[in-house]
Amino acid sequence: MKSLDTILKECEELSFDLNFKYAKKWKAENKERILIGFLPIYVPREIIHAANGLPVGIMGVGDRKQIIKGDAYYQSYICHLPRGIIEMALDKNLDDFDGFMFPAICDCVRNLSGMFKLSKKGKFQRYFDYPQNFDPLIGGVFYSQEMEKVMEDMYAINKVKVSNEKLNEAIQLYNINRKLIEDIYNIRQEYPWRLSAVEMYHILRAGITIPVENHNVILQQVLEYINKERGEPMDNIRVVISGSFCEQPPIGLIKSIEMAGCYIVDDDFMLGSRWIQGDIDANSDAPLSALTNAYINQSTFSSAYYDVGNPRGKRLVKLAKQRNADGIIFCAASFCDPALLDRPQMQKECDEAGIPHINFQFHENTGQFKVIKEQAGTFSDSIKLWA
Amino acid sequence: MAEPIDALKEKSMILQKDMLAKQFHELSKAKELGKKVVYTFVPGNLTELILSFDMLPVYPEINALQSGMRKKSGSFIKEAEKIGFSEDVCTYVKCDIGMMLNGNIGPTGEKLPTPDLLLLSYTGCFTFLKWFENLERLYPGVPVAMLHTPYQEDGKITQDQIDYMVKQLKEDVIPKMEKVSGKKYDETRLSKMMENSAKAEDLLVKVLESAKNVPTPIDAYFAGVYYIGPIFTAFRGTDESVEYYTELWNEVQERMRLGLGPVTPEGEMKEQKFRLVMEGPPNWTNFREFWKIFYDMGAVIVASSYTKVGGVYDLGFRHDPKEPLESLAKYCMGCYTNMNLPQRVGMLEKYVTDYKADGFLINSIKSCNSFSAGQLMIMREIEQRTGVPVGFIESDLVDPRYFSYANIKNRLESYFQMLEQRQIILKQEGVRV
Repeated sequence: MKSLDTILKECEELSFDLNFKYAKKWKAENKERILIGFLPIYVPREIIHAANGLPVGIMGVGDRKQIIKGDAYYQSYICHLPRGIIEMALDKNLDDFDGFMFPAICDCVRNLSGMFKLSKKGKFQRYFDYPQNFDPLIGGVFYSQEMEKVMEDMYAINKVKVSNEKLNEAIQLYNINRKLIEDIYNIRQEYPWRLSAVEMYHILRAGITIPVENHNVILQQVLEYINKERGEPMDNIRVVISGSFCEQPPIGLIKSIEMAGCYIVDDDFMLGSRWIQGDIDANSDAPLSALTNAYINQSTFSSAYYDVGNPRGKRLVKLAKQRNADGIIFCAASFCDPALLDRPQMQKECDEAGIPHINFQFHENTGQFKVIKEQAGTFSDSIKLWA
Repeated sequence: MAEPIDALKEKSMILQKDMLAKQFHELSKAKELGKKVVYTFVPGNLTELILSFDMLPVYPEINALQSGMRKKSGSFIKEAEKIGFSEDVCTYVKCDIGMMLNGNIGPTGEKLPTPDLLLLSYTGCFTFLKWFENLERLYPGVPVAMLHTPYQEDGKITQDQIDYMVKQLKEDVIPKMEKVSGKKYDETRLSKMMENSAKAEDLLVKVLESAKNVPTPIDAYFAGVYYIGPIFTAFRGTDESVEYYTELWNEVQERMRLGLGPVTPEGEMKEQKFRLVMEGPPNWTNFREFWKIFYDMGAVIVASSYTKVGGVYDLGFRHDPKEPLESLAKYCMGCYTNMNLPQRVGMLEKYVTDYKADGFLINSIKSCNSFSAGQLMIMREIEQRTGVPVGFIESDLVDPRYFSYANIKNRLESYFQMLEQRQIILKQEGVRV
């Protein structure tokens, strides 16, 4: 087994390889293989896997690529994520991709799907509409149809028919994946010093650039390592981070929060990998329906998901309590309408539950963290001193 | 800037003003009259359905834009920011929430009634969803009916999508309306209203397409927002709406007969030097100053995308009394911001050609990602496809902090100089302009 340091180093490299070399090499090994890029937050990766495809998360360029052309496509008041993605597309980083999926999370990502259409990037550019009606016979049917469209798109490329058997296999692999991730989060809840939030981030982000089977091996190994003691406990508070589900915060920001005295015991950084809560039926005669049922009944809370009847503020409070967190940090990307429009109500829910909170905004390429570190440090101190 | 003179108004504008005043007055008395009130949105609205239950619709965007025009939005937005809404987010939402926090006094000074139903028919704008989630918490206990409108992902409306919407209407929206109103769904009444809708839609298209004439008798953006008012809001499906559009069409025909240009607040537009196609919503806080810049420079808007946010009737859609629910579904999905980017580019390109435009201009709105995200690519596409000069200005819907008069005027002056120069060059080259 590789050492944990080696695993972490490899994950770090994979997570910020904006040329997706691993994925492209994987594709080159077999003519039937296809690469499907997807944007935040969630897509049912199982259907891509079952079609002999590799779903590859395109989470933006962070602070790893200078934006030159992308800025010419977006006004200053639009978030940073799409300009980085357009930059990648124009710089040919995404050239070997066969198709792209743009989940229905906001108007920017929706319109980016149209920009990819106009630029003819990939063989298909699919806006993946989430139903906002959660009746299985209405929204459920619609969701199944959305998945079928993607399956048709993929079939047109590689002629691989998705069988129930293949889909069940994929469901099982992703069940294992989510379970391992959750196990690691649970250990981190008890012993957050054993694996830092940055390390966890790299492990999860690496996972959306490689086949799920390989990621499961990595997760299993990490789990074995952190089941043993590692690192030193610090006098830190425990926080949950909310609002970074799409545009990803720069690593320096996550590090700054940790260095300021906050253990991040839960977050929504790579929410798509944790979207479905619990297992999906992997022995179904109708696996597409199983995926649909999971979306309707087992989705986590998110600003992209209509929440009347099950408010996300309450669910965030519940999560913070489950994680035994001392506070919540609202950390949303600038100009992110979904996260920022949710924030006042979610803060109110925290106030009512007596959970302290702070908030700040970022860009994926924010370079100055001093203010954020001071703010997080003061938050940590105030909880340690007064809570 | 000189003091504005009293605005010149067309007869139909006065008629519309009276209709709106009556509507707001009726709303202020809704509770006394026992009328149920439905809050909903303009794009993809279900006005006929609401009216068929004898309920009154309220459109928060309309309240916000009216507040903007009446210089009230700035303080409302600040109120919303005080309770935690970021400077970055949609100012329609903040204006609406700020107005509510200030006692929900509507644009006409009369109190707006609280909703009995929040009808979240969200079409082409993800923020609508967030907006009504916020309202649901601000009006606890008020039921919400959600109508999810699928996006025209493939550039067309499919039967599956229609079925999905009709199912939502039948199994969620209509039952909630029945419960709130205490009335049974009456499809015959709905169909009857749709006959009126289609009549008004025919007339609106005639009005908008009159701008294909050179010179144009209308301005299809600044005046266009008045023309779309009744049909995009509380009056579609009513007799009043048909009367309004009949009057408007008569006026436009008369102006065409006399060879007159558009009526603007500064007077009739006599010289039409530049014909433009406009993309994006207008700024409401400085609407008249904004319009005057164009008037002063002899620029008239012959077609606009904003006048299609509540329906693309000029592309052929009509409400159909024979299949009312299917027709509502198609209507919701057909609205401009629910069209994918290639469709939007195609429509704008066609406008530039069909309306013999000299230029294409974008007013990019900070608050509205639904419109704004991708506009710079739209601009490039239009330039490449049509060869007309393109221009780009930025402002906001109702946040006065984002309207910089000098900046916009400078940009527009440069743009019009470019158009003028091009006309001279084309003339020298013997191209008819």
